[in-house]
Amino acid sequence: MTLLQAQLARDISAEGRPPHENDPIVAPEQTLSSMTSQICAPPLERTWPLWWKLSLAAALVFVFILVVAIGWLFYAGVGIWGIDWPVVWGFAILNYVWWIAIASGGTFISALFYLAEVEWRSALNRLAETITIFAAACAAIYPILHLGRPWLFYWLFPYPNVMGVWPQFRSPLLWDFVAILTYVVSSILFWYYGLVPDLATMRDKAGAQDKRRFYGVFALGFRGSQNAWRYYRIGYGLLAAAMAPLVISVHSIVGLDFAGAATVGWHSTEFPPFFVFGALLSGFATVMLLAIPVRRLLRLEDFITGRHFDILGKLLLTSSLCVGYAYLMEAFTVFYGPDAAEKRLFIDKLTGELAPVYWATILFNVVAPQSMWRRSVRLNETLVVLISLFVIVGMWCERYVIVVMSLRRTHLPSAWGGYTPTIWDWLTLFGTVGLFIAGLLIAIRLLPVISMFEMREVILRNARPEK
Amino acid sequence: MGSVFRPAANFWASLALLLLAVAFVASSLIVWLWPHSDYARRANWAPSQPVPFSHRHHVTGLGIDCRYCHTAVEVSSNAGMPPTYTCMTCHSQIWTKAAVLEPVRNSLKNDQPLVWRRVTDVPDFVYFNHSIHIAKGVGCSSCHGDVANMALTYKAKSLTMQFCLDCHRDPGPRLRPKNKIFDTSWTRDETTPAPELLLAEYGVPQRNLTDCSICHR
Repeated sequence: MTLLQAQLARDISAEGRPPHENDPIVAPEQTLSSMTSQICAPPLERTWPLWWKLSLAAALVFVFILVVAIGWLFYAGVGIWGIDWPVVWGFAILNYVWWIAIASGGTFISALFYLAEVEWRSALNRLAETITIFAAACAAIYPILHLGRPWLFYWLFPYPNVMGVWPQFRSPLLWDFVAILTYVVSSILFWYYGLVPDLATMRDKAGAQDKRRFYGVFALGFRGSQNAWRYYRIGYGLLAAAMAPLVISVHSIVGLDFAGAATVGWHSTEFPPFFVFGALLSGFATVMLLAIPVRRLLRLEDFITGRHFDILGKLLLTSSLCVGYAYLMEAFTVFYGPDAAEKRLFIDKLTGELAPVYWATILFNVVAPQSMWRRSVRLNETLVVLISLFVIVGMWCERYVIVVMSLRRTHLPSAWGGYTPTIWDWLTLFGTVGLFIAGLLIAIRLLPVISMFEMREVILRNARPEK
Repeated sequence: MGSVFRPAANFWASLALLLLAVAFVASSLIVWLWPHSDYARRANWAPSQPVPFSHRHHVTGLGIDCRYCHTAVEVSSNAGMPPTYTCMTCHSQIWTKAAVLEPVRNSLKNDQPLVWRRVTDVPDFVYFNHSIHIAKGVGCSSCHGDVANMALTYKAKSLTMQFCLDCHRDPGPRLRPKNKIFDTSWTRDETTPAPELLLAEYGVPQRNLTDCSICHR
């Protein structure tokens, strides 16, 4: 029954319809029941097409590689990585910052735009939040791996211990631990809390007893009574209000991890907002990049429309301009200030052996997104995928510049060094990409990819009067 | 469409959540409190030794000074364990047939040292120096307890880092006059000089006593 309805719903939507500038926020043909049936249908399907199985298999290969790389790391120690004096923060910190920034998009779209009561958020928030939790999980792995003795990670907790010492409360590294833990836990809570009414819908739509039980357990007995909804909305609003500042605090503190050290190129008050800008840029780019295949493969053209592409493109452009401003101010403060080491480092960035990485950063993060000024580019799926990919790679290059370049050029030229990542650095990076994709694939297989209860409101609000 | 769960499911779900919370709290408490326990620290526990040596008998009963056996305690990081010859100073003359001293005689005969089991140990990453503590007014019993009244020697203090730091952060009240260093039943009383006087007398620098490198070199 549901599958039949879904099929009908699919016939309504023009398959493979590209985004168009006159698209409404949701296709007017969609009704409450057609939307519910269409979103519920994929997770309830017995088997999924080949693309899903193949991509999951490929992702799991990388998860396996990650497990091997971490196993070897735990056995052999951090010496298997390319880090050494003076570059003691290599891929682990670089990738951590990269991933946690990717996670920001979900929180920003979900929480901040919820508080701003924008309609377009409802089609994207589930996908964006799912990106957030898996990206944050990938990020959270790295600082633990980076510890020389990862099994003692709990020493980061401030608790009365037999050593009689407390973590250094004045260190941003401790704030970072607290911020990340808070962020990961509350992101998971927010994601799950937002899922509860949809899980209840899935429970009611599922025919097979095992599926009804599966969704039923996680729906926590949500029955959609007036009272339940009232409390649910209060809770959701509170969570959103708590999450929105978190996304700022987390990335500010990641910036302070660097700015707190008296290292050339790091010791700048610009860093906290600079890292927030960078996080938003990579967050929006990732949501854009992944919304396109998800929209195509799950036939969500009716819900993720030209309007969404238009808005996401503008957000990407805005955050890219913010990042560009931060790059400019970085150059300005270096040459306005008196520090010779800062100037030497900056000229090394522009012209030294790693200059291509710096210029790639500028090209990918600032120059390429400028094409988004044109609406035709924002609505062109191929170009959007390309630019989002550029940005994601560019943000990685930016962190390479920050982490590696600064550390290899310390104040003392006699202590200068170099950095070459090893095969284990690369395998760990690719492994976390695999983990992220595997998580995402499993999530879209089991869960409704669009928040149905919020989409219902959008449909009701945009319904034609005669309906 | 019928209900997925029977009403009793609510009870079981709540119970499961409650148990989960209890398990989380309980396991956190165990992990947290375990290192504080005497069992984990091997405190108040006498390991079995090749010979059941009694400090009470030798020190309190016979009046032998700590330094008669632990000869290096004033000049070395290591207090020093006595060689078999030290035991034989007396035991070549008295209790020469005692069965309990058989391992001591064998040790001398075979030129093989007795293998005592260390009662008080600190990890290898801790640099501990006996001589500086003795020289600066820290008595044996501050770390070893009332050894002079132990029939079998046991670890009297936890010797956690917390234990070391308690004193390093506030050494004054733990210091004692020079002539009480080896008195293991000594406790501070009204005749003891004030902590500030002792600190000044011994010249204890309070500035760097909690530097990491004081103990971790």
